[in-house]
Amino acid sequence: MSDNAANQGIPDPEGPANVIDTEYEIGQDNIETRLGPFNLDIHNPVFMVSGLTIALFTFLTMAFQNDVGPVFDTLRKWLTSNLDWFFIISGNIFVIVCLALIVTPLGSVRIGGKDAEPDYSYFGWFAMLFAAGMGIGLMFFGVLEPVYHMAFSSPLGVPSPFDGDGNLIEENVAAAKAMGMAATIFHWGLHPWAIYAVVALALALFSFNKGLPLTMRSVFYPIFGERTWGWPGHIIDILAVFATLFGLATSLGFGAQQANAGLDFVFGIPISTTAQVVLIIGITAVALISVLRGLDGGVKVLSEVNMLIAALLLLFVIIAGPTGTLVSDFGANIWSYAREIIPLSMPFGREDDGFRQGWTSFYWAWWISWSPFVGMFIARVSRGRTVREFVICVLIIPSIVSVMWMTAFGGTAIEQVLTNEASQVHEYVIASYSPELSLFGMLADLPMASITSFIGIVLVIVFFVTSSDSGSLVIDTITAGGKVDAPVSQRVFWCTFEGLVAIALLLGGGLGALQAMAVSTGFPFTIVLLMACYAIIKGLRDEPR
Amino acid sequence: MFNKILIPIDLKHADNLERAVFTGAYLAKQGDIPVVFAAVTTAAPSGLAHNPDEFRSKLAAYAETQAGKHGIQATGHAVFSHDPTIDLEDALLRAIQETGADLVVMATHIPNATDHFWPSNGGRVASHADVSVFLVR
Repeated sequence: MSDNAANQGIPDPEGPANVIDTEYEIGQDNIETRLGPFNLDIHNPVFMVSGLTIALFTFLTMAFQNDVGPVFDTLRKWLTSNLDWFFIISGNIFVIVCLALIVTPLGSVRIGGKDAEPDYSYFGWFAMLFAAGMGIGLMFFGVLEPVYHMAFSSPLGVPSPFDGDGNLIEENVAAAKAMGMAATIFHWGLHPWAIYAVVALALALFSFNKGLPLTMRSVFYPIFGERTWGWPGHIIDILAVFATLFGLATSLGFGAQQANAGLDFVFGIPISTTAQVVLIIGITAVALISVLRGLDGGVKVLSEVNMLIAALLLLFVIIAGPTGTLVSDFGANIWSYAREIIPLSMPFGREDDGFRQGWTSFYWAWWISWSPFVGMFIARVSRGRTVREFVICVLIIPSIVSVMWMTAFGGTAIEQVLTNEASQVHEYVIASYSPELSLFGMLADLPMASITSFIGIVLVIVFFVTSSDSGSLVIDTITAGGKVDAPVSQRVFWCTFEGLVAIALLLGGGLGALQAMAVSTGFPFTIVLLMACYAIIKGLRDEPR
Repeated sequence: MFNKILIPIDLKHADNLERAVFTGAYLAKQGDIPVVFAAVTTAAPSGLAHNPDEFRSKLAAYAETQAGKHGIQATGHAVFSHDPTIDLEDALLRAIQETGADLVVMATHIPNATDHFWPSNGGRVASHADVSVFLVR
């Protein structure tokens, strides 16, 4: 006999949930062994094939980068230019599916069973999903993108407010500014979060409600049936590991370059590969400490600290920047976004190829290539929420935060550019394109620049840590066949491996090439996500509501 | 001398823990002390169970089997952890609090080099618990 339910540590009761009846036992394909003093519990063949493929790709890219680099780059450009319609239509489908889930009765299904209770508070949950999936991007693109779209991209053919000589054309300013913000928010609003939400919801549903392992392949059980546990599933999981590790490692390499540029800008620390390698080692070391402290003691705490610092920086920019304009622009930007979201979502009948293919299509592929990692991490921490609550919190609230961030950082930068031709943002975005310095340029023209720039550098670094630690946990789980309690040495391995790949690519070349390759995985994963939409609806219809 | 004995158990590797279970059961029988088998699980499905309810049932069945086998009074107590790889000791310390056990009988491995980096679960429980801990190698 057991203690009564109320006396147990498990949230209770879990209530009815429609568990899938499969003969597959989680971990049945795993190899459990010891390597010296270390225990191993790894999925055969996902762990070995993923590790070896990644090592092989890294080596080949470094050894033959003049041959391999252009191939990967051409592949990425071909996909996002010729299949832009496919990415854009798919992105729209993901948003529509998510919005439909909010308003239909399917939204009342609870992740983890009818009576499951949430594992995390709203703040902890929200901090983790934001810090894992978008923090780095907001730091890099928050200033750059609004100014760039206003000045150069001409989304939907809206003309630039500058003439060929860089002089301001007053009558174009209002429309260009509104479109610059709308286009930026379009890339950081509902669409990317819908991509993450689809993957996260599918994984959470098939794991916590259906009892399947917490790994990408489980989403395909309604389609592949028992073949999910064979090679079709192996390939999906290997591709997820591949996209996640290369996505993280290449971002880490580029992030070290951005942080180094920031350190040079603020403290005069010269830009060098040595400094960048030291930064990668530092980021990886902190990420290692975080994963060794675990999901609650490391990843969650660091994410919360990160979000608090980011919120303080946001508040500072609002107060120190053109406060009145920013406050009124917040509503105006939401309105611009609402007005332009449908025209910007149109895949055909447009002439802004550079913007649509070079930015929108690229972004959708990028978000989708990150979705196995971010989606799986969100899934792991989302048990106990209803589908409606989940979609609102993963789709709507982060989109509003993105609007706030872009309004504050982008709006301040646009104001600086339009009112002062000698502004540093003008210098780094318009006059001489140095995107990695755009954030620091904007902060430099506000009070207390040295302090806020330092905080900016710290935030860039810590956002990389929060992506690196959560990414290591995700890869560890996938390569352990969906087990979340694999031996600690495995998460140490993946975290270290990611840092080593980043250093190898930084020193040997090939960061850009492998990032292009990682983004290219967005194409197969778009197909995966479309199937996931079907699986979600089918899976939810079987659940007790 | 003791009112309740807690024996941490890993249902997947229960065969490896027989010495600790035997020791705990022996002590329980001598003093007619109730035993609680504590096991840590995750919300995510595992090789043992699809969900926490199923895990709880399996643990209860294990406790019942041990009760019959050793002639003791035994119950199961499942503890939920977000990340049991790291938080196992914290979860077990919570189990001690929740069950009111005043003696822990726990299996532990022979010390090796890795203990300098990742101390053994038994060692950490013994270091942090405010009740008696009997480690069985």
